[in-house]
Amino acid sequence: MISDRTKLENPYEDHLATIIDYRDLTSDTRYYKLKFVEPEVQEHTGDYKPGQFAMFSIPGVGEAPFSISSTPTRPAFLEFGIRKVGSFTDALFKKKEGDTVYIRGPYGNGFDMKSMEGKDIVIVSGGLGAVPLRSVLLYLEDKRELYNNVFFLNGARTPEDMLFKEDFLAMHAREIIETHLTVDKDPTGEWKHNVGVVTTLFEKINGRVDKDNAYALICGPPVMYKFVIKELLKMEFSKKNILMTLERRMKCGQGHCGHCAIHGVYTCLDGPVFNYWDYERMVELI
Amino acid sequence: MKTYKLMKEDFPQFLSLLQEKGNLYGPVKSKNHYSFEKIDDLSKLTFDYTRTLMGLKKFVTPPKYKVKHFDKSGSEDVIPEDETNIVIGAHPCDIHAMKILDKLFLGQIKDPYYKKRRENLVIVGHSCLPDENCLCTSTGTDMVSDGFDLFLTELQDFYLVWVGSSKGLFIIMSSEDLFNDKIEMCDIAEYTSWQENRQNSFKTTIPFHLMPDIVHLIYEEDELWDQFGEKCLSCGTCSLVCPTCNCFNVEDKILIHADEVVRERMLDSCTLPYYSVVAGDHDFRPDRTKRLKLYYTHKLKEYIGKWGQPACVGCGRCVTYCPVGINVKTVSNAFYEAIQCVREVKKI
Repeated sequence: MISDRTKLENPYEDHLATIIDYRDLTSDTRYYKLKFVEPEVQEHTGDYKPGQFAMFSIPGVGEAPFSISSTPTRPAFLEFGIRKVGSFTDALFKKKEGDTVYIRGPYGNGFDMKSMEGKDIVIVSGGLGAVPLRSVLLYLEDKRELYNNVFFLNGARTPEDMLFKEDFLAMHAREIIETHLTVDKDPTGEWKHNVGVVTTLFEKINGRVDKDNAYALICGPPVMYKFVIKELLKMEFSKKNILMTLERRMKCGQGHCGHCAIHGVYTCLDGPVFNYWDYERMVELI
Repeated sequence: MKTYKLMKEDFPQFLSLLQEKGNLYGPVKSKNHYSFEKIDDLSKLTFDYTRTLMGLKKFVTPPKYKVKHFDKSGSEDVIPEDETNIVIGAHPCDIHAMKILDKLFLGQIKDPYYKKRRENLVIVGHSCLPDENCLCTSTGTDMVSDGFDLFLTELQDFYLVWVGSSKGLFIIMSSEDLFNDKIEMCDIAEYTSWQENRQNSFKTTIPFHLMPDIVHLIYEEDELWDQFGEKCLSCGTCSLVCPTCNCFNVEDKILIHADEVVRERMLDSCTLPYYSVVAGDHDFRPDRTKRLKLYYTHKLKEYIGKWGQPACVGCGRCVTYCPVGINVKTVSNAFYEAIQCVREVKKI
């Protein structure tokens, strides 16, 4: 990964990466682990921030942006959680271990993890939103001593739908980060954690967050934001410390193609991480 | 800025000189519009025109071009080759539009495809007279002092040639006998009187400087926007002809005869239906009103906020070509009309 794209002769420069591992996370979402082919590129694999994304390219199919799900603190490989929803992911899902894709990036502002040091952090994700936030979670586990209280609230429709379920159950057991998991419904009856929408988890952290020194990081389906933000505002979170990461159509990743524009900002350059003030300024954000 | 006189009888020689330096393009009349075309026959050139269908953007972000080529051996960027393309006849608004595109594509992150095409381009501007659709006095783009290599102001018997770059100066130096750097007082008088006459022939003004605030304050007045949304055909003509519209799409094409793929970039428009659709078919701007809002907030609000000028150069192309009359003029006027209150607003 080449984090400063301005230094490149061609900022569209991409690099071949090999799929070294993959597995199904749910019926339609798959985990991919990749490694760059060229050693001099592989050396810089960890040159990104949690919350940034990469552009994948499959010749003959096209390009598409994906959130990085691994942490730069473990720089030997890149990980992604990818849902099969369109023509690009149809082609990607046909690839097996040892196959390659082109990757360029990282792109986007990502989360400023430095500015959160010493603070409380509440991470709230729903569904596919767990993908970019997993990067933050792993980062925080590796640098836990730099942060104050860290809470993770994650929701999914059913236990089968929970992405990175095994990872998060292990995270719950490790207790480095206080992890609360919930499902909207539990058809199996075997779910040992909370049942209810993700906002029902807020009672577990109520009164335990230092509102003046806390950040909230949110990612999930559009409908989730409204309810989660309501809870956070009830807890008197500062609006600029409520951070959310968004999705938009993108063709270039570097502020040229125009597709990800929202009012005067480009999701690819100025985002995908925005705060609640940004939302109040730009009604179309969510 | 160095300025020279070029006598009209020497103009054909000047054109031949340009042809020696590179591929010459200039305004040519087609059936019902003008466009910048490659000039082999100098008699086809016409400078008595108001606007071409597309501005200079077709030289730097062509409607469709290859960016990458893949085959079994790997991938290769398709960067245009070194060549000199000279376009003559660009008007001040066209040159201002190019400056806006330069800011975007040659900012911190430089687009290599644009960069090469831009470096290959020599711009010889030409003076113009406005028609009723020209808005460049409102956008502050009626005059131009940089962004060109040479600029010709056509007067009675001669051209005033303004030199805007060293590339332009080299052209002059290579045929010095055509140009005279002695500008007489009466030449200046002729120029100022021409300029005055031109300034007086603008018929339309729109106070764009208030637009950012107005667009912001009326942003959620849906009825106001819907009157345009309901009419819009989502045809994308406004973006195609707008000299500052640069949005592009990228598509891969598999070549049928071999294991080869080309990746192509093509002009796109935020008014087209799929513009904001993400994977899983979620559409952030499902209706025409929402897409037009993006178009006009970008042109009239956000760009002014960021760069202090609208992303509109007042060329009048949208005014001329939108088939249903949605353009910077009708949209801005509708906003101004909407805020004409019945109640008298006290002047502060």
